[in-house]
Amino acid sequence: MATETHETVASACLDSHGGAIGMPQLCGEWIPHQIFWLLVALAATFFVMSRIALPRIAAVLAERSGTITNDLAAAEELKNKASEAEAAYDKALVDARAQAQQIVAEAKAEIQADLDVELAKADEQIAAKTAESEAAIAEIRDGAVKSVTDVAKATAKELVAAMGGKADAKTITAAVTARMKG
Amino acid sequence: MATETEAASEGGLVFHPLDQFIPKSLFGDGAVHWYTPSNLTLWLAILVLCVIGVFVLGSRGRGIVPSRIQSVGELMYGFVYKMIEDVTGKDAVKYFPYIMTLFVFVLFANYLALLPMSYSPTSMIAITAVLGFGVFIAITVLGFVKHGAAFLGLFWMKDAPGFLRPIIAIIEVISYFVRPVSLSIRLAGNITAGHVVIKVFAGFAALTLASPAAILGIVAIYGLEILVAGIQAYVFTILTCVYLKDALHPAH
Repeated sequence: MATETHETVASACLDSHGGAIGMPQLCGEWIPHQIFWLLVALAATFFVMSRIALPRIAAVLAERSGTITNDLAAAEELKNKASEAEAAYDKALVDARAQAQQIVAEAKAEIQADLDVELAKADEQIAAKTAESEAAIAEIRDGAVKSVTDVAKATAKELVAAMGGKADAKTITAAVTARMKG
Repeated sequence: MATETEAASEGGLVFHPLDQFIPKSLFGDGAVHWYTPSNLTLWLAILVLCVIGVFVLGSRGRGIVPSRIQSVGELMYGFVYKMIEDVTGKDAVKYFPYIMTLFVFVLFANYLALLPMSYSPTSMIAITAVLGFGVFIAITVLGFVKHGAAFLGLFWMKDAPGFLRPIIAIIEVISYFVRPVSLSIRLAGNITAGHVVIKVFAGFAALTLASPAAILGIVAIYGLEILVAGIQAYVFTILTCVYLKDALHPAH
């Protein structure tokens, strides 16, 4: 160890001007000094790293990855919700369409039923009217035939009377009826 | 200063590239004993303060969205964590604080040493040797504790031809014991060499004619040293991970 009490040359590894003799790193006198302070610094560094810095950074990193995972999960969940909502919306749309179609079909069926009833009623009325009209026509025709017969009888009677004959009603009617048939 | 006047009389060039590694007592001019607070102590203290600044104050906010310094700390955390997982395996994660401490210590020491007027702890072979042999001894002890005598199977190649096995075992043992030496000399050598080269270029800058080239050289070497500082910290850490893998899974 350096025990000398020289004023300027404090070490065996220094020349008279304070310059190094050889490599200062290899000077045995200073090696305990270097090792001592190295161990102190290493111990301090290790203490700081292992007790404070590394657990803290590990916690921060874990928290960050946890946050990222949570956020991703939340995003996934929201995405699922959105697609669910979309599916619900689509379903509602389809349902509404189906319902609308059903309503349309029902309305059509109702209208058809009403129409059928009305048509049947109208047909009935038309048939009734037709029958009535036919009856009226038949009556008119009958009336016309009778009128013709009456006119023919009357004309025949008048003709016979004009020709100076005297015709009885029975004969004339028979004759006219025979002619009318002919 | 006396050295400068003497050097000037020698021809204008002052080369004391190794003086930067002399430990100087912070208080007074006395001898540097093992307990003396020196410039080494000062820069190691600055290193610890920087570690606290980046990893403790930086992550003070514990932000889900990190602040700038916090994200630097998280980046280093993730880098070393992933390195251990990839190189050593998931079962080595419990040694993460030790390896992280090594990485951060070497990295910060290397980068702080690049500041002008600073002192570089990792250029001290004694310091890197403590780190290297510390890793070596810890890993060897761990291997024997975990696997007992089976840990020696690391040196015995079962799939090699029979007559080659003893020879390979000898080579393996030698390479195993060289590990801490190479680990510590690689780090100290790289950092020392870079600093010495910068100092030599700085010495040439005293010549008017050579100074532009010298300054350019300093800038270029400094850029290289920035790379080296990071790479050496990375290499130290990843080799530690590789050696740790041998201790945890000694079977080849």
